[in-house]
Amino acid sequence: MTVISARGLVKRYGDLAAVDGIDFEVPAGESFGLLGPNGAGKSTTMRMVGAVSARTAGDLTVLGLDPDTHGPEIRAQLGVVPQEDNLDLELRARDNLVVYGRYFGISRAECLRRADELLAFAQLEDKATAKVDDLSGGMKRRLTIARALINTPRVLMLDEPTTGLDPQARHVLWDRLFRLKERGTTLVLTTHYMDEAEQLCDRLIVVDHGRIMAEGSPAELIRRYSTREVVELRFGTDRNADAGARLESAADRVEVLPDRVLLYTDDGERLLEHVAREGMRPTTSLVRRSSLEDVFLRLTGRSLIE
Amino acid sequence: MTSTRTTGDARGPEVRRQSAVRALYAGNARAVLGRELAATRSTTWTVILSGFFEPVFYLLAMGKGLGAFIGDVTLPSGQVVSYAAFIAPGLLAVSAMNGAVYDSTWNVFFKMNMGGRLFQSMLTTSIGPLDVALGEIAFALLRGGAYAAAFLVIMQVLGLVLSPWALLAVPAVLLIAFGFASIGMAITSYMTTIQQMDVINTVLLPMFLFSATFYPITVYPEPVQWVVKAFPLWHAVELIRGLTTGALSGAMLGHLTYFVVMIAVGITFTAKRLRALFLD
Ligand SMILES: Nc1ncnc2c1ncn2[C@@H]1O[C@H](COP(=O)(O)OP(=O)(O)OP(=O)(O)O)[C@@H](O)[C@H]1O
Ligand SMILES: [Mg+2]
Repeated sequence: MTVISARGLVKRYGDLAAVDGIDFEVPAGESFGLLGPNGAGKSTTMRMVGAVSARTAGDLTVLGLDPDTHGPEIRAQLGVVPQEDNLDLELRARDNLVVYGRYFGISRAECLRRADELLAFAQLEDKATAKVDDLSGGMKRRLTIARALINTPRVLMLDEPTTGLDPQARHVLWDRLFRLKERGTTLVLTTHYMDEAEQLCDRLIVVDHGRIMAEGSPAELIRRYSTREVVELRFGTDRNADAGARLESAADRVEVLPDRVLLYTDDGERLLEHVAREGMRPTTSLVRRSSLEDVFLRLTGRSLIE
Repeated sequence: MTSTRTTGDARGPEVRRQSAVRALYAGNARAVLGRELAATRSTTWTVILSGFFEPVFYLLAMGKGLGAFIGDVTLPSGQVVSYAAFIAPGLLAVSAMNGAVYDSTWNVFFKMNMGGRLFQSMLTTSIGPLDVALGEIAFALLRGGAYAAAFLVIMQVLGLVLSPWALLAVPAVLLIAFGFASIGMAITSYMTTIQQMDVINTVLLPMFLFSATFYPITVYPEPVQWVVKAFPLWHAVELIRGLTTGALSGAMLGHLTYFVVMIAVGITFTAKRLRALFLD
């Protein structure tokens, strides 16, 4: 069953087309990602799907309903984690969940029961009566996710769930999201971290300037738009461009960034040997596997994180 | 012919209108009111109490103190009452106004613009803008009603309630608080900076002083009277004064109508604005 279907979806703010005609479908149970740099239109897309922002043009159905006419019905079945936490600062952690559940018309007793369950799920049992302001960034994020689950949503929408968190907090969060995925919740998430997309997404679209640049599973995208391996060399700011030009023929593709040269190849070690034979001496060298970052660079000529 | 985007054309305009109402209102203002009550546990009681004592202090200082010099006042009905009994109903109306306005303006402004973006998070649930408006207004009304009820008790104790009709002052005061809360929230929803909020105080103070609260409106020349009558507080003062002194008149129906219209206008604009802000 298709949970979300967008066709020619457009959102304009004045002259700016924040979302400029995108098409995608998300089947039930899938974990679907929107990957893109700042201003790509990820949040705008999420808000249209979440039925809190009206589309300018195109077709959109969420759970088979049109957000223009069935906003409340759609919102009742979604869980939303916005880009910026908007927890209720005047309420304590547990009350945040209970009160939010009441907005969905869920009985108080049921809200209380679910709140305890979700606090456990978010590993926040000992913070139940803490003030929101006293929680760490990672805890707030987990509380926001717990809150989004109070209405047992069919689809969970996460706008940059781990931005600003330290690596450990991110891993805790990924683990929680993984569990939801295992239980069959459809996840839609935006991110500009490729490792996050690789970890969590079955399939994703790469978005830039409100348009879809590519679509597929992380592995597919890497196979299609990049090589197996990447050699990263640093020669120093003023010598990177020369070195890049000299190695043009040795690699499938060369990207010269301000601080390093990226050489795309299926055999990194052989390329490194070639570099040594040429008598070139990079200050650092590294062979790694291709990632979505490389896909993005290939598609847009820009880095994902500026 | 205009074309509207709907799923399925078999449904007529009736269905569309219904879904337009549903998009605004989920019938769950209770949850919003519940949130406010839960949050009240952490409010500063000094602010709440100061709002109540302000008109009480005026009543004591002006009614009892100044009243000793002024003596009695003759009402348009010919009835002669003490100065304190004359201004007390006015201050009761002010009390309702203060309570309602405090929650529906400053508190709403902070909820909309400062920490937490409360309304934004409410509107990602199945709740609609009208639920938010009604819930917030109901809460403001609770405070307005509580202030007024306490003030009425003080009036009774001081012997300033002159007619059994004063019992009707309780529902009247709720209507007045409802009106002020609706209009207050509507205006606040259009404000984006804290400087603009000062406009509210700039209107409230002169309205308090000049709405025939402390002397009969007849002291003004006719054109000024019309200006005063354009503002809601005058209608509130007259309505309550009629009830507590027992000087009933047909004009009171006009005052009631004024507040009914005020409520309708306030709620309509609030819901519209919230929708434009958070659901567009
Ligand atoms: N309410 C709005 N009014 C005007 N312009 C807007 C509004 N919301 C978003 N935009 C513009 O639309 C474009 C896309 O914004 P959006 O927030 O969707 O990007 P994003 O992909 O989520 O970026 P980020 O990674 O920084 O969160 C931006 O250029 C932004 O300035
Ligand atoms: Mg965003």
